[in-house]
Amino acid sequence: MTIEQISIFVENKAGGLSQVTKTLADHQIDLRTLSIAETPDFGVLRAIVNDPGKTAAILTEAGYICKITPVLAVAIDDRPGGLHKVLQLLADNGINLEYTYAFVTRASDTAYMVVRVADNQKAIQVLTESGIPLVNAKDLFAL
Amino acid sequence: MGNYFQPEIECASQEQIRAWQDERLVKQVRRVYENVPYYRKKMEEKGVTPDNIRSTADLHKLPFLTKDDLRDAYPYGLLATPLKDCVRIQSTSGTTGRRVVAFYTQHDIDLWDECCARAIVAAGGTKDDVVHVCYGYGLFTGGPGLNGGSHKLGSLTLPMSSGNTERQIQFMCDLGSTILCCTPSYAAYLAESIYERGVRDQIKLKAGIFGAEAWTEEMRQDIQDKLGIKAYDIYGLTEISGPGVSFECSEQTGMHINEDHFIAEIIDPNTGEVLPEGEKGELVFTSITKEAFPLLRYRTRDICVLSRKKCSCGRTHVKMSKPMGRSDDMLIIKGVNVFPSQIETVLMNKGYPANYQIIVTRENNSDQLEVQVEMTPELFSDSVSEISKKEKDLINALKAMLGIYAKVTLVAPKTITRSEGKAVRVIDKRNLYQS
Repeated sequence: MTIEQISIFVENKAGGLSQVTKTLADHQIDLRTLSIAETPDFGVLRAIVNDPGKTAAILTEAGYICKITPVLAVAIDDRPGGLHKVLQLLADNGINLEYTYAFVTRASDTAYMVVRVADNQKAIQVLTESGIPLVNAKDLFAL
Repeated sequence: MGNYFQPEIECASQEQIRAWQDERLVKQVRRVYENVPYYRKKMEEKGVTPDNIRSTADLHKLPFLTKDDLRDAYPYGLLATPLKDCVRIQSTSGTTGRRVVAFYTQHDIDLWDECCARAIVAAGGTKDDVVHVCYGYGLFTGGPGLNGGSHKLGSLTLPMSSGNTERQIQFMCDLGSTILCCTPSYAAYLAESIYERGVRDQIKLKAGIFGAEAWTEEMRQDIQDKLGIKAYDIYGLTEISGPGVSFECSEQTGMHINEDHFIAEIIDPNTGEVLPEGEKGELVFTSITKEAFPLLRYRTRDICVLSRKKCSCGRTHVKMSKPMGRSDDMLIIKGVNVFPSQIETVLMNKGYPANYQIIVTRENNSDQLEVQVEMTPELFSDSVSEISKKEKDLINALKAMLGIYAKVTLVAPKTITRSEGKAVRVIDKRNLYQS
């Protein structure tokens, strides 16, 4: 029940990010959500796209360094405490959170969290047992 | 005028200097030939025996020594006395391959101290002075050299070593340091710090002896103005002894080489031919008084000019210009010798691509080293902390190899310019060498 996230190395310089987005646009890649982690010198662009395999091929061809990582997409109630419940659950079970970012869609009152942890299987088990729904890639793009 | 530590030597006639050199060279060559099989073999390959060396006029017949020889003969291969007669080791930073380990007998230390004492006196020092030494102490020759010179002169010596600027300034104010010895970039930094703290009127400095790295006339002016002192250059290298191989006098137009100990030649770095006086070329030294580690015709790789023009200070020893460049790719960063190949070795060991660039800048008179490397699929991760960890690992490995901090910048693949033929690995933005 994981989804594939694509991460791309982007240098911190003018136009660095727009070059990536142009490449994606030129190839009709649909972005569902993204986040950027940055250091003074470079950034890592993480994105959920409709076709990670094709995206990776296109970017590699264009000279980018990218990587596909399995992450979790968690549906949470879009109200106070919704996020906390998930994070508390992970913490209580000793699951280390590497990073997370959120997005909402037009269609529902549900918010979605992309969650990157060291141990996906354990996280899936903990979340499922607590009745927190995980979303697969197909559903994500049907939203 | 009149500031000499050993006037009978420093102001000796050209004939006298030549006579000392002739006599000492002949003896030294024989000693080396008999005690250093490594050099004897080199002489034999060139078909030269000690009998062929009758005066300095025959010097050109001897084979050169280079840093490669020091590596091949590491650690004891160039030693000319039994190890039990040695009392000290000094060394440069760097890897085993590039590290220089020099040996000293007590006599060698005494002569080295004298050379440094000459430099301190030339800068106006007397036994009444307080000599503040903030060159590094330890294997590096800077601290021990000036420390020894100051002792020899009988000045009050402050063995501060480098770093801890707060304490340096405190001591300067409290103990009335009058002569500052350090790298020019640290002097500039100290000047700024003293200025910022508003304690300029509490310091008693009158002179500074600054070496171990290249500096410009502009930098000299800046330091002199900010500290209200006269700033003197000093030159040396561990291979030959350390600081004090040559030093500046009040004229500030070049450094007098201590010719009673070191014979200087200028050669064409490509052909090895000796060039006539006044021509620019590579500086070569022959140690004629060293006992433990006497290098003959050692190629310094420093490019400069020698001049025997009469000096207003009264000294008669030949003067060398500030080095105008290098005939190899060695960089001197924060006073530390750095070879691009050392950086390359670390990158290879850590799995980085061979395409890299070294950028050296001088910000606020302090050298900065940056190594740009291209990101690879193997090193990339979606986790910034993972990448930072690897980056930190590389910084540590570079520090271990070079002895100084290098900023690492990860850049996108294929962004470092590929050049046809010889790659441009080093961009030195400091413009240290005036032509």
